Amino acid sequence: MAEFKLKIRRYDPETGAAPYWDEHTVELEPHRSVLEGILQARNEKDGSIGVRCSCRSAICGSCGVRVNGKPGLACHTHLDDALASAGEDGVIEVEPMGNMPIIKDLIVDMDAVHWKKIQRVTPWLIGKEPVPEREYIVSRESMIDVTQSMACIQCGACVSDCLSMEVDPLFVGPAALAKSYRFVGDPRDAAHEQRLKDLGEDKHGIYDCTHCFKCIEACPKGVAPMNQIMRLRRIAGNDFHIKDRNNGERHEAAFVKNIEKNGILHEADLLPDSYGGKFHPRAVPELISSLPIVMTALLRRKMTPAKALLHPHEAPEGVKRIFEVVEGRDQRNEFNLYISGTDADNEGTAEVAELIEAAEPAGVAPDGTEGSSA
Amino acid sequence: MKVAYWPGCVSRGFTSELHGSMAAVAPMLNIELVELDRANCCGAGVIAEHSQELADTLNARTFALAQQEITQGADLMMNICSTCQGAQSECQQRLDASAEYRAQVNETLSDEGLEYQDGIINKNFLWVLVEDIGLDKLKTLVRNPLTDLRVGPFYGCYIVRPTDRLDINRAQPRDEYLDQVIEALGGTVIDYAGSHKCCGFPIITMNKEASLEQAGRHLADAVDAEADCLVTPCPLCHLNLDLQQPMAAKQVKRELNMPVLHLPQLVGLALGLSPEDLGLQHHIVKPTAVIDWSQAVVGGVGGW
Ligand code: SF4
Ligand code: SF4
Ligand code: SF4
Ligand code: SF4
Ligand code: FES
Repeated sequence: MAEFKLKIRRYDPETGAAPYWDEHTVELEPHRSVLEGILQARNEKDGSIGVRCSCRSAICGSCGVRVNGKPGLACHTHLDDALASAGEDGVIEVEPMGNMPIIKDLIVDMDAVHWKKIQRVTPWLIGKEPVPEREYIVSRESMIDVTQSMACIQCGACVSDCLSMEVDPLFVGPAALAKSYRFVGDPRDAAHEQRLKDLGEDKHGIYDCTHCFKCIEACPKGVAPMNQIMRLRRIAGNDFHIKDRNNGERHEAAFVKNIEKNGILHEADLLPDSYGGKFHPRAVPELISSLPIVMTALLRRKMTPAKALLHPHEAPEGVKRIFEVVEGRDQRNEFNLYISGTDADNEGTAEVAELIEAAEPAGVAPDGTEGSSA
Repeated sequence: MKVAYWPGCVSRGFTSELHGSMAAVAPMLNIELVELDRANCCGAGVIAEHSQELADTLNARTFALAQQEITQGADLMMNICSTCQGAQSECQQRLDASAEYRAQVNETLSDEGLEYQDGIINKNFLWVLVEDIGLDKLKTLVRNPLTDLRVGPFYGCYIVRPTDRLDINRAQPRDEYLDQVIEALGGTVIDYAGSHKCCGFPIITMNKEASLEQAGRHLADAVDAEADCLVTPCPLCHLNLDLQQPMAAKQVKRELNMPVLHLPQLVGLALGLSPEDLGLQHHIVKPTAVIDWSQAVVGGVGGW
């Protein structure tokens, strides 16, 4: 048994009083969870502490909170680990998740934000017609791939810390977009293109993610929502050539073209090209609005006019060759670490498999039953 | 020490003062820069968004060029851009994971006679400062301690997340290095909400309001925390925080006037270089507070 100090953020919007910190000392073994700490404080000290939980084993997703500023599951965070990441005063801080309104203390309104966004992406499989007489046959890889987003337990930790959502509450957000990939990556789903069009035409859709990695860091289940968003973009742009409302596809194409041509980035071309070329109607207002900045940049000699207008650099042959080869492939060659694992991981499994084989008398299957003759 | 040096693109384009200040500071730190002038853009995550194999192959090419320098005596590869660090580490993770995949990528590189061997060490200048030069050594080199200069660290995203890929852990707290460097240089670290958040640059062409709102908020938080300036290891952050600051100020409807320094500029000031040597005059937001400070110190030291 050890003593842990918990500082819990308390707030009850119904009373109109400002939020405040409430400190309690709990006594538990260090490998116990922060959730158990909170529950002990509630049961023994102050019955009015609001906290939500159910399974207490990291599967129901109801106990999402911030511990020492980082989002995660209270039931899946050991007290000793929480203490190690606490401030110098050795007090573990527990707060409600962000980006969602607080109902009471540690309980946030998941319906108002998280679930609404999940529903936004049509979170069910739209089957192909006609329905096949027997089961769908799909490749093993494509199924492993979608299990990553299927692992989501809807805890909202990623939503809590999403930096795009912090400034744009309408952003569809990491959990819902990961859910969308769960179907776009599923070969049985019939609506890939419609799903992507829908998310491309929404100004707050796939191209509103700022690539900050916060959701990857937050997720207790390894869903890596940002990676799924990048897959959605790749499929939307490369496979369906969807022109989105945010110019995301054009920006990406302009960037890739820019590097192919120059080897290194030539920024002066990037902005106009992102809006469809210097003379594209959408480029004109953009360029005019960024003119004052370009002028100041010129004045401060950040940019010389020659640098801004000419191409100072030509891509080396080797770079051009890489574009030729890779862009010339019939199929995108995508090495997915989640599916393949690293050589080191796989070496381990091969060795274990060998050991198992060596240890087993011939003809007996691993579960101990007699092997069939086949 | 000698490093195979990848300056990145932006540090030679829109933020050329970064490349310049690195070149000025390196000899004072006894770093010999061997510039990888044939290397190519890391793709900033955007090329990977289009095609992972393309990004991986382009970066394998840069790594292979760096490895040629490493066989000739360079200690490691060094970059001065968080975004390069993040994008290159991501590609390296895939390349190092599988010999089979690496062979495919090397096949494409073989036309140019290049080959990437797994396990290259590629570090941002910030990491080199703390891990290879060392804070104690850095302290001994300080000529004008940043006494009374209130500096807000701005890490951005690519150099602090994801923590596992970037080897950030308790033994190696790379997400605290900027704080440590500011302290070693004698400055005061300012704690403000935006230090590890995103500057918004990646969506500047896609959702300008949201992008500028991010930059504006972090700058405003730093103003409220009474910082004299921010310092960042990322030129793309610098674009959104400095070049776009007038627009960000409009977006958040506040006066900001927060100077933003590149990391080598801050180091250079403490090592005794003048603001002009470090290209501070090229910034959009005039670093008046910083220059006043440095002139007061320089005056006090009686050097100039
Ligand atoms: S990477 Fe994108 S989705 Fe994930 S937290 Fe950042 S902005 Fe949100
Ligand atoms: S993606 Fe991860 S963090 Fe986000 S809701 Fe699902 S499980 Fe929670
Ligand atoms: S990613 Fe950016 S900084 Fe890095 S090399 Fe390319 S354009 Fe330059
Ligand atoms: S803050 Fe912005 S530019 Fe800087 S690293 Fe993060 S995403 Fe990149
Ligand atoms: S209580 Fe179910 S996930 Fe924590």
